[in-house]
Amino acid sequence: MSSDFPTTARVVVIGAGIVGNAVVGHLAELGWRDIVQIDKGPLPNPGGSTGHASNFIFPVDHNREMAMLNLDSQRQYAEMGVNTECGGIEVARTPERMEELRRRMVSAKNWGIESRLVTPEEIKEMVPFINSDILLGGFYTPSVSVVDSLRAGTIFRERAQALGALQTFANVEVEDMIVEDGVIKAVVTDHGRIDADYVVVACGVWSPRIAAMAGVEIPLTPAVHQMIDVGPIPILEATNMELGFPIIRDMDTFCYERQSAGSMEVGSYAHRPIFMTADEIPSIKESRLSPTELPITMEDFDPQLEQALELMPDILSTAEIKYAINGLLSLTPDGFPLIGEIPGVTNLWSCAAIWIKEGPGAARMLAEWMTHGQPEIDPHHSDIARFYPYARNDHHVRARCAEHFNKTYGIVHPREQWASERNIRTAPYKDRTDALGAVYFQAGGWERPHWYESNAALVEKYGVEDRPHEWDARWWSPIINAEHLAMKENVGMVDLAPFVVYDITGPGSMAYLQSLTVNNVDVAIGKSVYTPMLDVNGGFRSDLTMMRLGTDSYRVITGAFDGPRDAFWFVKHLPTDGSVTFEDKTSSFVTIGLWGPKSREVMSRLTTSDVSNEAFPYGTTQEVLFGSLAVRLFRISYVGELGWEIYVPMENARAVWDLIAEAGKESGIVPVGGGVYGTTGRLEKGYRLMGAELDGEYTPVEAGLARPKVKSADFVGKAAYLKAREDGPAAILCTLTVEDHTCARDGIKRYMTGGETILTTAGDRIVDAKGRISTVTTAGAGPSVGKFLLMAYLTPEHAVVGNDLLVHYMNETYPVKVVVAGSTPAFDPTDARIKA
Amino acid sequence: MSNEILVVVEHDRGEVTETSYQAFGLARTLLSAGVGTSITAVVIGAEADALAAGIGSYGAGLSVLVHHAELTDYAPEAWGDVVAQLIASRAPAAVVATGTDRGNEVLAHAAAIADLPFAANVTDVSLADGLGLTRVRWGGSLLEQSRLHAPVYVLSGSAHTFTGEPSGDAAATTEVFEPTLDASAARTRVVDRVTLAAGITLTTAAVVVSGGRGVGSADGFAPLTELADLLGGAVGCSRVVTNNGWRPHSDQVGQTGKRIAPELYIACGISGAIQHWVGMMASKHVLAINTDNEANMVGKAEYAVIGDLHKILPAVSDEIRRRRASA
Amino acid sequence: MVELRILVCVKRVPAPGARITLTADHQGIDAKNLGFTTSPHEECAVEEAIRLVETHGGSATVLTLGAVEADEQLRYAVSVGVNSAVHVTHASLAGGADWDAQATARALADAISSLEATDGAFDLILFGNESADSGGFQVGVRVARQLGRAIVNGIKGIVVENGSVTAQRESTSGFEVYQLALPAVLGVKEGLNLPRYPTLPGRLKSKKVEVPVLTAEPMPGGLATLSFDNAAELVVETTMLGTGPEAAPAIVDLLEELGLV
Repeated sequence: MSSDFPTTARVVVIGAGIVGNAVVGHLAELGWRDIVQIDKGPLPNPGGSTGHASNFIFPVDHNREMAMLNLDSQRQYAEMGVNTECGGIEVARTPERMEELRRRMVSAKNWGIESRLVTPEEIKEMVPFINSDILLGGFYTPSVSVVDSLRAGTIFRERAQALGALQTFANVEVEDMIVEDGVIKAVVTDHGRIDADYVVVACGVWSPRIAAMAGVEIPLTPAVHQMIDVGPIPILEATNMELGFPIIRDMDTFCYERQSAGSMEVGSYAHRPIFMTADEIPSIKESRLSPTELPITMEDFDPQLEQALELMPDILSTAEIKYAINGLLSLTPDGFPLIGEIPGVTNLWSCAAIWIKEGPGAARMLAEWMTHGQPEIDPHHSDIARFYPYARNDHHVRARCAEHFNKTYGIVHPREQWASERNIRTAPYKDRTDALGAVYFQAGGWERPHWYESNAALVEKYGVEDRPHEWDARWWSPIINAEHLAMKENVGMVDLAPFVVYDITGPGSMAYLQSLTVNNVDVAIGKSVYTPMLDVNGGFRSDLTMMRLGTDSYRVITGAFDGPRDAFWFVKHLPTDGSVTFEDKTSSFVTIGLWGPKSREVMSRLTTSDVSNEAFPYGTTQEVLFGSLAVRLFRISYVGELGWEIYVPMENARAVWDLIAEAGKESGIVPVGGGVYGTTGRLEKGYRLMGAELDGEYTPVEAGLARPKVKSADFVGKAAYLKAREDGPAAILCTLTVEDHTCARDGIKRYMTGGETILTTAGDRIVDAKGRISTVTTAGAGPSVGKFLLMAYLTPEHAVVGNDLLVHYMNETYPVKVVVAGSTPAFDPTDARIKA
Repeated sequence: MSNEILVVVEHDRGEVTETSYQAFGLARTLLSAGVGTSITAVVIGAEADALAAGIGSYGAGLSVLVHHAELTDYAPEAWGDVVAQLIASRAPAAVVATGTDRGNEVLAHAAAIADLPFAANVTDVSLADGLGLTRVRWGGSLLEQSRLHAPVYVLSGSAHTFTGEPSGDAAATTEVFEPTLDASAARTRVVDRVTLAAGITLTTAAVVVSGGRGVGSADGFAPLTELADLLGGAVGCSRVVTNNGWRPHSDQVGQTGKRIAPELYIACGISGAIQHWVGMMASKHVLAINTDNEANMVGKAEYAVIGDLHKILPAVSDEIRRRRASA
Repeated sequence: MVELRILVCVKRVPAPGARITLTADHQGIDAKNLGFTTSPHEECAVEEAIRLVETHGGSATVLTLGAVEADEQLRYAVSVGVNSAVHVTHASLAGGADWDAQATARALADAISSLEATDGAFDLILFGNESADSGGFQVGVRVARQLGRAIVNGIKGIVVENGSVTAQRESTSGFEVYQLALPAVLGVKEGLNLPRYPTLPGRLKSKKVEVPVLTAEPMPGGLATLSFDNAAELVVETTMLGTGPEAAPAIVDLLEELGLV
């Protein structure tokens, strides 16, 4: 082999599991040539997770990106003739699960996947050997399928080979990765060195080891998923088929039962989390079965045996456990894949932590991203650049994976907070917020008060209604609405420590920022700009607020959830001539918001500087003294009230917090949490949030953020932006009100959480000309408008004020009405309060 | 203690194989290491007396011919008793045999009776504090260094490790030993023999012709069956075959099927998934027939032929018939 | 029909089938990626005992000498159908350390004698021909000798009738047949049968069975293990016999060479 072994390649793809194979297939199809694929194992099964996968796809997922990847993958498998539809039923043993299955009906409808709720009797009809006595019902999806992932991998390789694009070398082990000046240069293998322009790490559970050779992290952990094969079972053998019955997901026991010809595979996500590191995985020679099929620790599976017996006593009581493994698969801290260029090494790409169900879709995403600069499906959740440094190491990965492993089939609330890795980033005045009874949500690793129990008395004062259904009230408090009203009546102070702060300086800074942003940043010193930042397709990469602090000095503020992705983007585009310096100052400052009609009187007590509207107009920034302490004030608002963001050096933060609290006392100041800042205050003003309303699939034109004129400077995505302006919006971001909260099924008042489908009054989905579906991007109370508000993109015909529609929540519909089409606020449409 | 090394000569009703003489190779290695000064062959049963004739060429100076009315065929307990009695009466420095089923069995009995330690399947020896040994474990994949302390060293030599070739042309003297064996000593003996014939099963067949996805259909197994019949072997298959209903599950080889260890496993159109490999990895020899020379099975097999099994197998059957006809 | 009391002696060993990794000090095997199993010959012994009891009635008991962890192998035997289990142990067996064959045989024979003293003799005691790991080829023989019972090793076929056992042992040409009066001891080999796997209820039942634990005192013999080394690795170099039907003569040559035609 060594004489034929290549010394150069355009791109080296490491891994020949489903992901690596699909990557070479898609790269070849998109025109890449001179692709070299290597794997340390043999073909067609090199011994990774693909080799022991159960290979089934339940396409419905609450998350849009994941659902799109599932559906795309299923389409690709079907096109290759390796997708066998067998149907699948998620069964419920508990009322809570039935509620979750109703929620899944909404997601199914969202993504256009035919599904229906079935009774225990109907389940029994489809799966005669199931014990339906213990079931309350099920969620049946006829398109659930089983795929032949090994065969699919071979087809992908053969297609790339047929195009003359690919050479594949099995049994080749990577020994080193050569990086020079932050750029990947070569892969060193036990068969020789391959110089390459691009390298893709697609080797599943081994990916962290390969990344480490290049000095970067792929934050995943190999984790055990237990699986046993029980047989022979006559009723299954009699089908003479790989699958003659629907696959059962026994959701409440975190197990599945999947026919495999004459036997039944029972898999579990119920056992204790069992992790390894990539280096601990045995070699092929050291493995009895394969490196990712480890000996089962049967005691961990025993409870699931009882549950499986309970579910299928007729067939499982006599069959034998013929094969049982601790199979390794990849888990990430947040459960999403790791796709994209790896921060820190240019042209080194990751396509890892991907399961069979999303493999081909994820590979297409990566290939498009490498080819065009942006994939068709928005990669927001999968982008490997999404992690802060603290979230990239093994400690964090394991802590989070340990927490979510048993939630694989769990019921996860959209607002659910992590229990592990808390209190790792805190503001210096956290003792103060603790004393105020702050209930913290985590934002970018920071503890941010979501509401304050110290404000509990305000609930009665403002007559805020509680939510009667536990699900709607989970991770929520009526105090949020009370804080909102108190701030609007008097004044509130908001802990915004998680704000991400970048200082961009140097003679080239203005030109640099102009090249990345839609709006003109050439504003007067002391003024500010709010601007979209686009990807090459003209979709949102980010939305930023920036203050011009000097001729060659800008301060850029972005949200806590987007910091790492934005930093990656800024660094990637830095000019190489040294004319621009990029500094992440997040750890140097905290931000405290002071808003409300009485904020100016509070501010007047804090500083001797003139803070009148004339001296300190909206949208401007000044440095002032609070006593002896210099702070930067920025007159801006995300909550629709007069006030300032106060940027305070970290070491003064606690002192300044106390100064503000003290100065606010006689004005009735209250601490106000993220529930107001991120939802109620924002919603009433129609402010958009990156990752909710704004993402790579929508343009500023559709989001209502296009200015009347386009700046002359060129910027990333400009061509696409100009075209979007010309084409006009295929969908318009609207604000809607819920007209009746009463559930038709049980009469309980329900409050949406976001993600629901908007339907026409005829009950049909609204799909725009680009195939995008109208879903609720944000849902929340509008205490000042006295209505529950939803934001959603609607097609122009539906984006009409007064239009009546429905929202599909927990498999029931509720009447909603369009109150705003576009970006005009539902509350205080002239911004009189902000500009007071 | 005498300075004699006793070599138990394994035979079957007077018949020996090269393996039998490998015990002399171990004995000579012991001599070189400084254990003992002479070699004595132990030939059990009068029917094997003829073996004494050439035994000097293997280094033995003396052959002890063991005669007893009960010693008419292999009888492990009686053979063990004989060796134990020779240990008691001759106080040798060491007793050795070849590490075959019989050799190990006889020495185990002798050591048990004499209450001596016994080291099976030795590959090397050295004189140390006691006797330093290397012996095989795990069927040969692991070597153990150990130390033997005993008045008489009881060892078997790992088969095919020590030479079974003659080392000279010296002649050995003979003497006859008549052991004391009560009736019970002969209670374990070969009472009958059956030759393997009809009823070849997948688990017992010497040759298994096995098919995978590459066979393509149930009918595609015809050439496999034909070859298996010609060779007196059995047909096996991989999981995908039973999943497709081409063969019954009883033919499946692998993790969830049968685990077999034939002399030769012919894998036809089988990619070599790990689950399949564990079912047949104990085969003595593997021949892969596959269209893809990158297939896992091809890389792992001892022999391989690249090509279409539907053309190759009939050609093999024809060739066998042709040679048989001309023989 | 005469019911049988059968005892099977088993050993917990690292599961074979992969290259064995040694501990850094070469004093033991790093089994973390292998897992543990019952020595394969003994899995067949367990299966045979279950089948004999299914045919003749009676009971099958499994016995091991081993560390606390060997409980797993006893319960596995129960999970496939053995009726009861007895665990003989000693602190020095911790971590899978082996006693030598003499010490092992004494401990087992003593334990068997004490079990028989209370509950009566076992009609048949089954051993594996040799353990998969240490391969000493002698523990069964030593136990049989201490108990004063007949034993034959290498058995691949067992029929019990009329108070005796007919046992078949593989030879080059077929099988040798031995006949032993009961009580007797047999050392069996893989291939005797195809062991069954546990059922789900079997596995669950095995979790609940009570396993009496006896303590043995080590009485070491004269063979002491010092250290381990990996044998030189067998590299499989695939020999290409040719391409297409033209390779047929080469294939038949191979069959002839192996004596299979």
